[in-house]
Amino acid sequence: MTSRHDDMDFDALKEAMQAATPAPDAARRAENLRLAQENFETAQGSRTAPRQTSIQAPKRGLADGVFQMMTTRLIAGLTATTAIVAVGVLGFTPLGTDLMNSRVSEPEIEERVPEGPLDTAEAPDAEATDDETGTELAADAIAEERGEVAPEPAPVIADGIAADMAETEAPPPALPSPALPMPGQAGNSTVGGLLSASPQLRGGNSGAIIQQGYGNSTAIIAPSEPYIAPDPNREEFANDDDNPLRVTAEDPVSTFSIDVDTASYAIIRSSLQRGQMPDPDAVRIEEMINYFPYDFAAPTEDDISPFRPTVTVFETPWNPDTRLLHIGLQGEMPLIEERPALNLVFLIDTSGSMNDPSKLPLLVQSFRLMLDRLDPADQVAIVEYAGSAGVALEPTPASDRDAITRALNGLGAGGSTNGQGGLEQAYALAGDMTEEGEVSRVILATDGDFNVGISDPDALTDYIAAQRETGIYLSVLGFGRGNLQDDTMQALAQNGNGTAAFIDTLNEAQRVLVDQLSGALYPIADDVKIQVEFNPAVIAEYRLIGYETRALAREDFNNDAVDAGELGAGHSVTAIYEVTPVGSPARLTDPLRYAASDAGDVPAEVSEELGFIRLRWKEPGEDESQLIDFPITDTDTSGTEANFAAAIAGFGQLLRRSDFLGDWDYADAIALATANRGEDEFGYRFEAVQLMRLAESLSEN
Amino acid sequence: MRMTVSDQDLALAAASGDGHAFEALLARHYDRLFALCFRFTGHRTDAEDLCQDICAVLPARLSSYRGQAKVTTWLYRVAHNAAIDRRRRASSYARALDGWGDWETGRQAAMAEDQANVAWLHTAMGQLSETLRDTLALVLDDLTQAEVGEIMGVSEGTIAWRVSEAKKRLREIREKEEAT
Repeated sequence: MTSRHDDMDFDALKEAMQAATPAPDAARRAENLRLAQENFETAQGSRTAPRQTSIQAPKRGLADGVFQMMTTRLIAGLTATTAIVAVGVLGFTPLGTDLMNSRVSEPEIEERVPEGPLDTAEAPDAEATDDETGTELAADAIAEERGEVAPEPAPVIADGIAADMAETEAPPPALPSPALPMPGQAGNSTVGGLLSASPQLRGGNSGAIIQQGYGNSTAIIAPSEPYIAPDPNREEFANDDDNPLRVTAEDPVSTFSIDVDTASYAIIRSSLQRGQMPDPDAVRIEEMINYFPYDFAAPTEDDISPFRPTVTVFETPWNPDTRLLHIGLQGEMPLIEERPALNLVFLIDTSGSMNDPSKLPLLVQSFRLMLDRLDPADQVAIVEYAGSAGVALEPTPASDRDAITRALNGLGAGGSTNGQGGLEQAYALAGDMTEEGEVSRVILATDGDFNVGISDPDALTDYIAAQRETGIYLSVLGFGRGNLQDDTMQALAQNGNGTAAFIDTLNEAQRVLVDQLSGALYPIADDVKIQVEFNPAVIAEYRLIGYETRALAREDFNNDAVDAGELGAGHSVTAIYEVTPVGSPARLTDPLRYAASDAGDVPAEVSEELGFIRLRWKEPGEDESQLIDFPITDTDTSGTEANFAAAIAGFGQLLRRSDFLGDWDYADAIALATANRGEDEFGYRFEAVQLMRLAESLSEN
Repeated sequence: MRMTVSDQDLALAAASGDGHAFEALLARHYDRLFALCFRFTGHRTDAEDLCQDICAVLPARLSSYRGQAKVTTWLYRVAHNAAIDRRRRASSYARALDGWGDWETGRQAAMAEDQANVAWLHTAMGQLSETLRDTLALVLDDLTQAEVGEIMGVSEGTIAWRVSEAKKRLREIREKEEAT
């Protein structure tokens, strides 16, 4: 089909191109190379560590969050590549520097030959990694590869028409799915245009439609291909290995911070609903459990704490020989009329990556929902940040709907993201707005992409941690998939006395910003920590389900300088331990022959107790913590609420592929959850059962 | 010493934490990477910015280099993805920052250099679709069609079709110009 004339055009183009291509700017070249080197060093130097411990030094938080994934991937890469390096030297050195330095294209066969043995050498090496994390990460890396190179049959097609068909069947990865307008065409449309288009797009599970278009690697993710995230390279999740089994005699005390975030559950839902199993690292079980409202007893006048603890002990659904210790804290619900005035500063990411129906337009609609619930005494301000940060709305009474709506509609999407400039302005505004007795909160809404601000994550974390002292709270709302920096969001929220939620649908916005508005905006207890001491005479082994990223050192419990989670008005928080009684056949470790007889030292009146719970919290704005403590006795009664929490805990462990569950499977989780749906006023529990069914069918593939 | 080491050796050493290897690898490829970026964007400053994006993400992506692809193929794949990312971000600007498609830029470049060839280049590249343009940007690097296919994640046959399609378009543009 190619005539000589065509080739002449082609050669002319090539010539013109060569003539037109400028030499790289020397200064920019040096600058870019330096940037690469810096990022390389950072990636090498960071360490994986659980977040929020007593090591509250400047390097905590964001940096770890951001680089956690990076480092662990690197480690997987190391184990997988050690062998290859050795082989690589033998295999590749004779070939020398390849095509890069020569302008003539070389026969491809020369390069290909040594790759065969390498590939095979590499695969078993990656799989041989013993620990669970290793293999998961190796799989992750493989998925990453897969994401970049779509494996397609590559027939040599000479005929133009046949090739045309191939093109149609296999759209190149660069093209967004048809559901999303082409960037070049729709990119210029105004936010208003997107807004008006969004309701149709959003109907039902909009997440699925929109997010698939976002992936930049494989063209369209078919529901039949689980485990391939739309763009595995850019979603980063914060998590740690499962909490290990502890032997009571060696380590009787367990300490952690409460976690009222719910982002993990929404991310899991969004994955399952578009037909993919979630990344096990995206599963934080405590966030799944705490997503649901529970009907625990509320505190009364007699309670000195602003919350009421409810403790139940009952048989473990997945193991008849162990028991679950269920601790629920129910926060008080202050009367709405008595609530202090609110100052809300919306800090809205309007960078280019937010220009997606599931992001900025959804965000604007979500905030409109929320406005209806505010009082005239409340004040609202808006800061938008992209290339630079600017105040889009000066502090305005919440009753001035017109001004606020105008400002929301005027938000533009463009430029690159710089988290810090915007944060500084938002905190400054919130500080100015705060008067005695009022509650101020910065609400950061982003897809997690801090393109520019991340260049100095330490400074950003330090800044947020310092702002914590001013008493201004921080909420982080994540929007959109594909680019989500979940770990960054977590790190920011935890360092800023805040919560993180992921909003994928208008329903979820309704839940976070309207149904639970008071809880999301009014903290009733700050820095809530839980410490459980188990009685070795009764409990042989225990393990905390979830809260992996919330572990605290034992001494942190009494150290008021150590930050922990906040409890919102009317919110409840749940923690579940699986405990193995002494003498149970389920015990995994053998008792020590020479251990001191513990029972003898324990006074008779407390020897029956399973353990002892201590709770610390601070009244909002106070520096000193208060303490309540009480013993745990075996109740053997499990209500609907505790059973449902247990079903969700089991579901989370299935998604994390935990090995503590034995034969217990999705069908068991579905049965347990269905039997304990309770009132379920908003249908959340019903939805959870649906998700379990989805996971069950996906896991069978 | 370093100069005689192959790309693969450097990349694998860099992936296992050798900073000097990483530096050497990038320095070796930077100029050619820049030329590719220019062909992707059609703008000198955009090309510099795109290079910056690539330099920023490269250390993190290095862990995905496992020695089974040629370093240039892997590197160009990262570059191509970065170009798509950048375009997607840029598309939200009110003004399309699409270098090759920007008639004004082409006109000014031609005026500055007084070269009819440059104007033709801009016209030609500007009239091709994004996909065809990216394909050409890679093909003009003297890569084989199989390699371009691997970088863009499509089959070799698809690339062959795109190249013939691009040539057809070039002829049409030429004919139209000659007719006027």
